[in-house]
Amino acid sequence: MTRKPRVAIFDFTGCEGCELNQLNFEDQLLDILAHVDIVEWREAMDDRAGEYDIAFVEGSLSTPDCIKRIHDVRRRAKVLVALGTCAVTGGVNAVKNTRPIEEVREEVYGQDKYLFPTLPALPLSAVVKVDHNVRGCPMTQIEFLKVFTALVMGKRPIEPDYAVCVECKLRENECVLERGMICLGPVTRAGCDAHCPTVGQYCIGCRGLVSEPNIAGMEEILVDHGLSLDDARRRLQLYNANQLEGAK
Amino acid sequence: MGANLDIKVRHLTRVEGHGDIVVNMRDGVLEKAQLDIVEAPRYFEAMLKGRSFHEAAIITSRICGICSLGHQITSLKATEQALGLEVSAQTVLLRKLLIHGATIQSNVLHAYFLAAPDFLGQGSVFPLVASHPEVVKRALRMKRLANDIGDVVSGRAVHPITPVPGGFTRIPTAHELQELKRRLQQEMVPDFLATVETMKALAGAIPDFTRETEFISLRCDDEYALYDGDICSTDTGRVPDSEYRRMTNEYVVPHSTSKHARANRSSFMVGALARWNNNHDKLCPTSLAAAAELGLQPGCHNPYLNTIAQVVEAGHCALDAVAIIDRLLGDGLKDEIPNQEPTRYGTGIAATEVPRGILYHEYTYDRQGRVAAANCIIPTGQNLANIDDDMKKLVPEVIGQTKAEITLKLEMLVRAYDPCISCSVHLLDVNFIE
Repeated sequence: MTRKPRVAIFDFTGCEGCELNQLNFEDQLLDILAHVDIVEWREAMDDRAGEYDIAFVEGSLSTPDCIKRIHDVRRRAKVLVALGTCAVTGGVNAVKNTRPIEEVREEVYGQDKYLFPTLPALPLSAVVKVDHNVRGCPMTQIEFLKVFTALVMGKRPIEPDYAVCVECKLRENECVLERGMICLGPVTRAGCDAHCPTVGQYCIGCRGLVSEPNIAGMEEILVDHGLSLDDARRRLQLYNANQLEGAK
Repeated sequence: MGANLDIKVRHLTRVEGHGDIVVNMRDGVLEKAQLDIVEAPRYFEAMLKGRSFHEAAIITSRICGICSLGHQITSLKATEQALGLEVSAQTVLLRKLLIHGATIQSNVLHAYFLAAPDFLGQGSVFPLVASHPEVVKRALRMKRLANDIGDVVSGRAVHPITPVPGGFTRIPTAHELQELKRRLQQEMVPDFLATVETMKALAGAIPDFTRETEFISLRCDDEYALYDGDICSTDTGRVPDSEYRRMTNEYVVPHSTSKHARANRSSFMVGALARWNNNHDKLCPTSLAAAAELGLQPGCHNPYLNTIAQVVEAGHCALDAVAIIDRLLGDGLKDEIPNQEPTRYGTGIAATEVPRGILYHEYTYDRQGRVAAANCIIPTGQNLANIDDDMKKLVPEVIGQTKAEITLKLEMLVRAYDPCISCSVHLLDVNFIE
């Protein structure tokens, strides 16, 4: 390659925790910078560029301005990577989609709601073509580095499509469900190395669903573990509101 | 002849979230000088309503990646108060250790990566990698260790995992804490002292600007207040945290998706400079020496020096983290199980000093332990009116300078507050009406 890939990073509706995790590559940041030119990153720098080889985009789309901006980013980017679950599925932002939008706006801003337009929170893929996903809330640095390295080397990153349980078993953890807690591991897409169960917490489903999740089976397990069906559905909805039908 | 000036900075860089600076002056008359908050609202109440008390902190930590630990701890404290869950002394110490880590991380990130490029005439930290490699490596080393405190104690620095209502799902090992202590003493303390030298060399680039205002922070008798305390105003003194609504008085303005706040005058300031002005007497000698070295005086009314107050405070956090680890190890780590059996269902209020100022969470739970009402008031929201007031005083004072110079001074002013705009917009102020 004659020149380093030009990389840009953008943020839409989200907490910017995934971007922050990029600034948290303390041990690798200088190596990363040796292999690419970062040409646009509002959170860290002033420069603005015209086009990019790789655009990493964080956050979901939730205002008319977001839709305009993502089209612009897509036009300028050769490869577009959705960074974090907000960008991949709509993330926690999409929970608001399960309630009438006018009700939600009124609750927060009262009679001043018309000052601030809003749309249902959408994943990037609902509006533009997305080439690759880095999931997680927040995305893990290890997974980001895998995707990043693959793209810089001109390879196609591979996204896992099996449940968190697979990785949890490989780590020889005691099953969270066996410990009397609930867990969304059976329907949640792996790639995190089952980090939460490993440190004693249940899987909250932050990476979104596997491609063919057994939702009815998952609900049954949650009900067996003491949740009402409503509560079970709410837990599943937290990161999957846009994916689950009837999540009203 | 009066001056004309129009400045519009869209999506100000090197701050967390989306804000625009707008200034208009006509014939010497300032028509507008304000920070427009254009961040997309996220409507967190839609996520919280009806959610189990187990989920409240998981959800509110997603308000902001940078402040996730602060949201989580504040949320847990409010939930525990609402449900009557007692926590152990060990839990409180581990949480204080986490707050120190998060404060160092955030303050170092802001001072080195977001603010310092302005002092050196650069648009980002990246050119400094070539020109000042030792300084950048030092900043990364400090951030790494601060994040490692989060990784070790809470499972992950961004959106922590193990802190839950009533305690922790995993207690760190003695060996892990000893290693953190060793690195704090051998790496962080020397790096802090070197940071003071670096900032001293750069401090000449900090604008000399003063506007008398009200400072509000937590305060307690026995330590530099971060984990809890009374609400303390430089105007009116101390009140308990249950009076937080009176000390914030939120209101909607058209130019901001984040609500504004006022207490005893048109605006007030929270954050490291407010903590310095209210609580400098509680800082450790090392931090006080650093403040003297950097020229930071008690009763400081220059908002640009908030960055310096952040640096000063980071030293205290590092040394107090060592003291906390000593106490934890001295008492002996206990493998405690979180106390999650509610003794009542009611309302709880909590206040924590997070890097950008006081964060308030309030929840009311129904008899099933589900969220019935929630309210979060975020530091950046509290600072927005103060930023606007600063701009209105600053612009006429510097109007003789070039537009580029004025714009830079305004950008540096907003950055000095280290605003967290995602946070400020994603506030909740909701009483669900059934």
